[in-house]
Amino acid sequence: MTNSQRTPYDGIVMAAPVTIPYVRYSIESAQWWIGRALGALVAQAGIKASDIDGLCVSSFTMGTDSGIGLTQHFGLCVRWLDTIPLGGASAIAGLRKAARAVQARDADIVACVAGDTNHVDSFRLTLENFSRFNQDAVYPYGAGGANASFALIARNYMRTFGVSREDVGRIAVAQRANALRNPHALMKTPLTLEQYLAARPISDPIHLFDCVMPCAGAEAFLVMREETAASLGLPAARLLSTIERHNAFADDPMQVRGGWAMDVGELYAMAAVNPDDLDIVQTYDDYPVITMMQFEDLGFCRKGEGAEFVRAHDLTIDGDFPHNTSGGQLSVGQAGAAGAYLGLVEGLRQVLGAAGPTQVRNARLGLASGFGMINYDRGLASGAAIFAGPSR
Amino acid sequence: MLQRCEACGAFAYPAREACPSCLSPDLAFADAPRGGVLLAETTARVPSDVYFRERVPWRIGLVKMDCGPTIVAHLHTDCVEGAPVRMSLQLDKSGQAVTFARPEGETPNMADDRQWREMTADPKFRRVLVTNGRSVIGQEAVVALKAAGAKTVFVGVAEPWRPFAGEDLLRRQEGVEVVTLDAADEKSAADLAADIGGKVEILVNTTEYVRAGGLLDRKGTSIARDEIDQAYLGFINLAQAFGPAMRMRGADGINNSVAWVNILSVYALANWPAFGAYSASQAACLSLSHCLRAELRPGGIKVMNLFTGPVDTEWFQTVPPPKVAPRAVAQAIVSGLKNGLEEMYVGDVAEEIRQRLAANPKALERELDR
Repeated sequence: MTNSQRTPYDGIVMAAPVTIPYVRYSIESAQWWIGRALGALVAQAGIKASDIDGLCVSSFTMGTDSGIGLTQHFGLCVRWLDTIPLGGASAIAGLRKAARAVQARDADIVACVAGDTNHVDSFRLTLENFSRFNQDAVYPYGAGGANASFALIARNYMRTFGVSREDVGRIAVAQRANALRNPHALMKTPLTLEQYLAARPISDPIHLFDCVMPCAGAEAFLVMREETAASLGLPAARLLSTIERHNAFADDPMQVRGGWAMDVGELYAMAAVNPDDLDIVQTYDDYPVITMMQFEDLGFCRKGEGAEFVRAHDLTIDGDFPHNTSGGQLSVGQAGAAGAYLGLVEGLRQVLGAAGPTQVRNARLGLASGFGMINYDRGLASGAAIFAGPSR
Repeated sequence: MLQRCEACGAFAYPAREACPSCLSPDLAFADAPRGGVLLAETTARVPSDVYFRERVPWRIGLVKMDCGPTIVAHLHTDCVEGAPVRMSLQLDKSGQAVTFARPEGETPNMADDRQWREMTADPKFRRVLVTNGRSVIGQEAVVALKAAGAKTVFVGVAEPWRPFAGEDLLRRQEGVEVVTLDAADEKSAADLAADIGGKVEILVNTTEYVRAGGLLDRKGTSIARDEIDQAYLGFINLAQAFGPAMRMRGADGINNSVAWVNILSVYALANWPAFGAYSASQAACLSLSHCLRAELRPGGIKVMNLFTGPVDTEWFQTVPPPKVAPRAVAQAIVSGLKNGLEEMYVGDVAEEIRQRLAANPKALERELDR
């Protein structure tokens, strides 16, 4: 383990994990969902909206609004503001910036929020307008969206490392089992491996249960210093370590690893923990094959051993490797940029002992990761954070 | 054709504003080696776009080019993962340039591939209208299109009671139907369209009206009026008679309506004073073809313009060689359709004018005045 050279996040905590339950389609705007999340943050933390002096927002469907417009919209007067358009990496990136802001006392209480709506045609419009490279060089090729792009990555990864659909399916099946304990998950029926394998193909080898369901929803949490949380009487989780990386391994002809692989040593060194010490892991599961890749890149096994790792472990809440305990995006739904927050917010609830029906016993140390922005042929952004509950 | 950095030589894709190897802004489009290897493929079965939803399953892949970039491409059926492919840029139904991967070597019935046919306008299995069967180009076009596998070739003849050279051969060919058409006559075009408008998948506009002379050595406007009647207004009559039905049938099954072909003089691009008024009539047709292209695009119908130098026919008797053989024009029509092109230059004169126009338009104008 290498030693981290970075300034530690001493005394930086996260509190008030908020999830606004998802719906498949919403006639409300993204701003409505973000407003609900801010309201829940204030209520849960027992603070006034005017106590929030930092705001970090992520959303795909805010139209022409950015964070600055939202301050007026919600009557917030902040001295630190960020809008983070990093898709599935938005939560980790937002957390990193907010942590340094409160550490430097540029702000005292930062609200990190992500929310998106889902009108009947929102998802197609998001696909069509995702990025310039995507518009020029991906969308005109069958318009398969992220499914087709990840299908290419999945096919190459599975062939290269001898991974079967059964191997990948175990991840989706375990998450569905977790989701059945989460009343807010959109998927409410059990999923067997047989059903997973028999699902209709979407873009080979991606089948129906490899895909997330686009929906509307919001997620949020607060970042502050330990003494602020204490003065408010708020249970809080300490931030131990983070990493973030963009456009890693650009010379790999196809993506078989994410930026985590570049920074994983630093991730554990800064937290001064080992992968084995983690009680819960929340990966970014836009597709289960990407989760398998993260098991390797985040150091739980070596590259190419992801399938074996999945076969050897029980990924459910009561299993030996509790993973995506809310059901993850695969079974809860993907509420746009809130999908980036889902794992981190659930992870916070876990280490705070506030996860209710999905609570893992004695969860103290957690990891959440993010992944996003398939600008052209690969996901460009990756990140991860390790955090600890008050009992550790 | 890919962007190539003029500073470090690296190829870049997708198109961008700075070189990803050295950040130079000097990225010019250049011919790139066509070879690559298919890294991975997928078959999109549930696309979000209505066009592709109608055409699933649709196969695409990621190709590592020998010259560097990786490219998402439409795949020919015979492309295999891990095997070499040959890449080309094709115009899709929306008129956008897209990359298409074909196997490195020839495979049986290669041109019949469903996705390839979607990018091209192959006359095979299709019904074609050649608008003027009195001209040698028209007659050669009929032969070439039949040889390329066209199901039926309708060939228009004005005043069919008047005999003309080549008539016997035209009428004797299997799968060729001589129909009455005088493109310059609005009613004639409309009448024929009422008969066969819904059966025309490719229209080849072989209207030809060549007269020598410019402005000062002609008296009055009667010849110019004829030139405009035949070439320009004839084009309008044909477009109004056949265009709407063709546009409606752009997605009508596998042998859908696909293309409109114009044969234009290359002097549409730069006036040749010896045939000055004729050049002007061709320039008018060229301009109109761009309008037609835009109006046919919503139906996915391609407009292909073939530019020729003087053709080896009686109206160019006085012009010294090189001249274009009518058969070469006919073969170019078929080849352009098979490759789904928008523009072709047939023969040495046309190609020379194209290059000189790109190099120095004012010099070309001066030199044509000789």
